[in-house]
Amino acid sequence: MKRIAFVPAAVAVVAAIFFLGPLVATFDFSLRMVRGDLTLEAYRSVLSSEVFLGALAFSSAASLAAIVLGALLVVPTAYWVRLKLPRLRSLVEFVSLMPLIIPPVVLVFGFIRVYGSSSVLPLTTSEVGINLLLVIGYVTLSLPYMFRAVDNGLGVIDIVSLTEAAESLGASKLRTIATVIFPNVRSAIVSGAFLTFSISLGEFVITSLLNRPGFGPYMVRVGQDQAYQPAALAIMAFAFTWVCMALMEFFATQRPGTLKVPIRFPKFMRRNVT
Amino acid sequence: MSYLTLEKVGKIFGSSSVVSDFDLAVERGEFVSVLGPSGCGKTTVLRMVAGFERPSFGSIRIGGEDVTVQPANRRRIGMVFQAYALFPNMNVRDNVAFGLKVAGMDRRAIAGRVEEMLSLISLGHLAERYPYQLSGGQQQRVALARALAPRPKLLLLDEPLSALDAKIRVSLREDIRRIQRELAITTLFVTHDQEEALSIADRVVVMHRGRADQIASPLEIYNRPATRFVAEFVGTLNLFDAEMAQPGVLRFAGLNVETPMALTCRADEKIVVGLRPETLSLERRTEDDLSVTGTMLSTSFLGAVIRAQIDVDGRVIRLDMLNRGAGRLPPIGETVELRFSKHDLLVLSN
Amino acid sequence: MAEFIERRKETACRASSPMAWKPDWNWLGVVPYLLFAFLFLVLPVLYLVQGALQTPDGRYSLETLMSLSEPQIAGSYWLSIRLSFVSATFGAFFGLILACALVLGGLPSWVRRAFMTFSGVASNFAGVPLAFAFIATLGRLGLATLLLRDVFGINIYAAGFSLFSFWGLAIVYLYFQLPLMVLMVTPALEGLRPQWKEAAESLGAKASQYWLHIGLPILAPSVLGCFLLLFANAFGTLATVYALTSANFPVVPIVLFQQIRGNVLYNPNLGYALALGMILIMAVTNSLYFVLRKRAERWKQ
Repeated sequence: MKRIAFVPAAVAVVAAIFFLGPLVATFDFSLRMVRGDLTLEAYRSVLSSEVFLGALAFSSAASLAAIVLGALLVVPTAYWVRLKLPRLRSLVEFVSLMPLIIPPVVLVFGFIRVYGSSSVLPLTTSEVGINLLLVIGYVTLSLPYMFRAVDNGLGVIDIVSLTEAAESLGASKLRTIATVIFPNVRSAIVSGAFLTFSISLGEFVITSLLNRPGFGPYMVRVGQDQAYQPAALAIMAFAFTWVCMALMEFFATQRPGTLKVPIRFPKFMRRNVT
Repeated sequence: MSYLTLEKVGKIFGSSSVVSDFDLAVERGEFVSVLGPSGCGKTTVLRMVAGFERPSFGSIRIGGEDVTVQPANRRRIGMVFQAYALFPNMNVRDNVAFGLKVAGMDRRAIAGRVEEMLSLISLGHLAERYPYQLSGGQQQRVALARALAPRPKLLLLDEPLSALDAKIRVSLREDIRRIQRELAITTLFVTHDQEEALSIADRVVVMHRGRADQIASPLEIYNRPATRFVAEFVGTLNLFDAEMAQPGVLRFAGLNVETPMALTCRADEKIVVGLRPETLSLERRTEDDLSVTGTMLSTSFLGAVIRAQIDVDGRVIRLDMLNRGAGRLPPIGETVELRFSKHDLLVLSN
Repeated sequence: MAEFIERRKETACRASSPMAWKPDWNWLGVVPYLLFAFLFLVLPVLYLVQGALQTPDGRYSLETLMSLSEPQIAGSYWLSIRLSFVSATFGAFFGLILACALVLGGLPSWVRRAFMTFSGVASNFAGVPLAFAFIATLGRLGLATLLLRDVFGINIYAAGFSLFSFWGLAIVYLYFQLPLMVLMVTPALEGLRPQWKEAAESLGAKASQYWLHIGLPILAPSVLGCFLLLFANAFGTLATVYALTSANFPVVPIVLFQQIRGNVLYNPNLGYALALGMILIMAVTNSLYFVLRKRAERWKQ
């Protein structure tokens, strides 16, 4: 019935060309590794490279560690603040937004200085310490999003009443958290986790300045040395981002209790990345 | 010819007909309410008059001019919305002045008119406030002033009181009526609240499923409802299944009643008779009173009125009596006689 | 249960007699979080700020900060600000137009959903892969470059365009700025109540008058706030530039990156000053954004 106005339609078409153009061009380019033929050779070459697998494994492990550390940091805090310390909420939220003000390059600069060899806590002098700093860097990068996701998830359910109800029925603190609160915010945590994963997997600045063999620096190196593989990597990265965003969206809009399958995300993700 | 006329107006959204065959004639200076349950099409009628929707059929005339396809911004209509719809970026003064500004009035004249409108709604002291600093009632009064400022030909009110508290609703209702009389502006008022519709309007349109069931004065709507829907929607009603025992004689609740009103019905036709709770009485009032026997179930105290629930043959009948203070109420479980006059019977086709 | 009652009793006691005050240990619950934030957000920044206020030999002085005005450093800031401003302006402008078309244009709902999903992905698709995608598109041998040359006869590189120049980078930035704008401004557009337009119409206003006096003024704080966020977003962008230009395009983050790497002259205090400058610009734009958002929310009621 409704006629589609010309101007909005034209705007949408132009925008679609701008958005899809680079993807089409990159995909086209990624297929042209073998002269005069369209093949997936570039993808094969990337996927079969030891360096690629090593970088991917390293970054996946670091990202997963960042998810775990981030969740351990954010979930109890957000819960506790909503339950007992509502007055501190704006402070905690402000802190969670600080990484948006501090660019990663500045942050990592600070890390190197504060935790350098002459420091009380010389994290940068050992392999383990540097890896820990890397994970912490990823946690700070994703802190705003993780906190937002979890805090929103907690906001949907009435934490105070739920806790009081569970306690009035005789449940202990730990039991309340494990069986009442956590299942209700699990979707929110998973949603935040996917965002964290998509941010940290290809992270370049922190990874590179800490000299870690991560995926971001690997991609830059491939970009400098090779012609067709970068295009294949870009297409895979876009698909990976898409999957992460879709899963994030899916879990963010998931209502408590509707999740049928238990989440085992390491396996789940590896399948999508490679 | 009437000031506002709607002729055979219909509106179809997609495949569903929201308004059909709607006729209405409103005189200059008249206040008409359009009453109906949600989804009956009353707001659509108003929006067609305002020009926000184009009728699928029929025509609309204002002051003799056919406006059926005229865009809303040329109709010179004042509209008040349920959710206030004040412009949030303007203070009260600028909101009221907006219609005058776009009409190209000069600055001095605008200021004068705005002052006039603000004193009409007695909010002159809040002229510099922004909408978010006002209460709901104040916002709606500003919305009224804004709608009236450019001297519209017609004032349209779309459930303007629904979002307000009970007390403010009544006082604003009275304000609206006072201002309407003062300005003698032709007004269409849409509401789902029957008390509101009956108390404020010269005439009431009761809408049901996209059609006007009855268009009449409030008194007539209440006392002589044209359809069963109108009778049930407006006020409280006790219903009895009835049939024509023979021409002119109505049989219900074990009674045979001679009534001139039932003459139009065929014999053996199933019909319904209704009795308003306040027409029933536990005391004998005249010799001609009819009566049925029932059992007291419960009473509820409503202030000026006491409502009794009485079981008559397994049907709960409600009876209202004025609270005169000293009256004795029959105890629960007692057998009582319900008395009424046959002139109060409402005979309704099914 | 017992504890619950206990707590109620406690509050009651506290209310009746201030003497019966018991220490409140609840704040301990946020200590890990705040400690983390202190160690890994506040401390590094404080360290850099302090460094920026010192000379290499440890004296407190504004000397180091003054070095920000050296032509090379000031040039970097000016370049970064211009690039961020241009990409934020175009991103905000085109993003607003696209969002308007999607929200108010009456397009089929699947079009709108597709764009929203895509925007969610594209706004996160920054960094190194984005650079690769644009090299394959607008690079010397990119598909769009070749298409323009062979089909339309326009040789953009001969005409002076380069993907690795200011305007080339601006176009690349637009790829994540524009969708980000769409995502951020859509709620504001959805907050424009249709009754405002109808009220304006019934008061005799034309569509243009509605937009001039009501629509745009209501949107202005949101749009401006989004612009600031886009500006900050562009200002902090490093990986995309690095991958595109191999660190040869001296925007501030790149210069700082090189400093840290030790690729250029070694003066850590200059690095501190660079970092402080970045933080200040980020802090100002973000604070203004919050002020504007507060203002926009006030109107929502």
